[in-house]
Amino acid sequence: MKKYLILLISAGIIAAFGVRAFSGQEMLQIKGSDTLINLVQRMAEVYMEKNPGKLIAITGGGSGTGIAALINKKCDIANSSRLMKAKEMSMAAGKNVKPKRVVLAIDAISVIVNTDNGVNKFTKDELGKIFRGEIKNWKELGGKDIPITLYGRQSNSGTFVFFRGFILKGDYSSKMRRMNGNAQIVSAIGKDVSAIGYVGVGYVKNLKGGKISVAKVASRQGAQYASPLSLEDVKSGKYPISRPLNQYVNGNPKGIVKDFIEFELSKEGQKLVENEGFFMIPDEYKKFNKKSAGI
Amino acid sequence: MIKLKEKMIEGFFLLNGLLVVFVLAGIFALLVFTSVPAFKEISLSEFLFTSNWNPTSYIRESYGIGAMLVSTFMVTFGALLIAVPLGIGVAAYMSDIAGDKVREIAKPVIEILAGVPSVVIGFFGIVFVGPIIAKVFGIYNGLNAINGSVLLAIMALPTIISLSEDALRGVPKSFEQASLALGASHWQTLTRVKIPAAFSGIIAACMLGMGRAIGETMTVLMVTGCAPAMPHGFWDSVRTFASTIAIELGEVPYDTTHYYALFSIGLVLFIITFFINMASDILLHKYQKVEK
Repeated sequence: MKKYLILLISAGIIAAFGVRAFSGQEMLQIKGSDTLINLVQRMAEVYMEKNPGKLIAITGGGSGTGIAALINKKCDIANSSRLMKAKEMSMAAGKNVKPKRVVLAIDAISVIVNTDNGVNKFTKDELGKIFRGEIKNWKELGGKDIPITLYGRQSNSGTFVFFRGFILKGDYSSKMRRMNGNAQIVSAIGKDVSAIGYVGVGYVKNLKGGKISVAKVASRQGAQYASPLSLEDVKSGKYPISRPLNQYVNGNPKGIVKDFIEFELSKEGQKLVENEGFFMIPDEYKKFNKKSAGI
Repeated sequence: MIKLKEKMIEGFFLLNGLLVVFVLAGIFALLVFTSVPAFKEISLSEFLFTSNWNPTSYIRESYGIGAMLVSTFMVTFGALLIAVPLGIGVAAYMSDIAGDKVREIAKPVIEILAGVPSVVIGFFGIVFVGPIIAKVFGIYNGLNAINGSVLLAIMALPTIISLSEDALRGVPKSFEQASLALGASHWQTLTRVKIPAAFSGIIAACMLGMGRAIGETMTVLMVTGCAPAMPHGFWDSVRTFASTIAIELGEVPYDTTHYYALFSIGLVLFIITFFINMASDILLHKYQKVEK
């Protein structure tokens, strides 16, 4: 619902500013990932407030939609929660588009369990087995003799797809309950001692009360367990379930595109990143951005 | 002049009648035409007789509606099992036992229940009904078919009560008086005379309640957990036809097998409701003939 509302509002903004755009105003078009839309929308609002006369229109539709629009020169910036595929790169080359990647935030997916459940440390491998339905009882993980109840998102969620590709590398157990959003997973797990689920870290970062325990995860057997709530562990990559959130532009950015991306990466922009529940980019990605797109 | 006016009015009503038929036929045709392309890639037997629905699989797509079919019927019949006895009981109480004052308060309250939005009922199911079910049955959570059934029963109740009560009140007073005069007790009169006499109306009320339950989307989507596995009992999570369409239609890429397959599910749901309505209609007429 929220997504449609945003779409509607963005459509309204486009319509409202369309007239002015025709009168010679330059308008920045941003398209793509639904994970990023709230964040970039918020950044654009603040940016437009500070720079009257500069116009930015943002629409969602998913990472694939944004990248396709960039290739067809229908937008200036493509939001993408994944990397461009080789096929998309060659399509872009065919149309003389040179995609440059900028990382603007880090997203971490947290695994949560009920506090009454003794187990709250997992390796990546164990999580894969749990969510594929191969480990069915908590006692196999050293817990009580309780069957595991899985909670996840519905198939239209980007988090569903990311977690599947990154942790499971297979299909979810068909017994996993498909919940109607992050908030519902959190509230269901708070009441269910047999539960395990995954949500965006923004939903558990400032959680007070409730019987939610954020699990520590290790990248492999023997590696250190790290929590997604620790800024350092996510930034250093010690916490294994995180992904960079990207924007793609055509060629090294100039003009308003450059100006806006510089704002996103500035202290003020990165503060908004934190406010929206994501993580600021670490230094290595700042270096990467310089190398990749000269910003 | 008057004749012309008559003719025009007649034509106007005919047009209205035809419009309804046309809309229904239009929906059916749309469903059929958008379903057909799905079967270029899915075999009909896979669609109807396998139980695995996973069109966005990591490994291999599968399009079986078996588990959803079972889920939909489980939730619907579970709801009827609760709502029909309760609904008829309340209707009998309201028509025969309750005083005018009680009825004056109870009837509007029941009608307000019908107006509660399904999202609100779903929320009620998550925070209130679910934990109670978990406690009562000693299971770990309440996101299962029972929860869906209980909530759908709540949603179907106003329809069943209201229409059953009308049917019971429609039974001629002379039936009741004759029964009482012959020495039957109040209870005997109600169960052996009034309810059988109002049977067609009560059946129609239950069928309408069922129609409300089978297509209900939001409430079921919120409280049944929506796991696509074949359910093995009322304690398991279920995923109905309507929830599947609601979850997947929003994000499915246009012009793909998955897109058309979702319309095929819609067609199946349409056919099921069509047959339920037809069956209730046949039943209604059969009993009306007996009464005459």
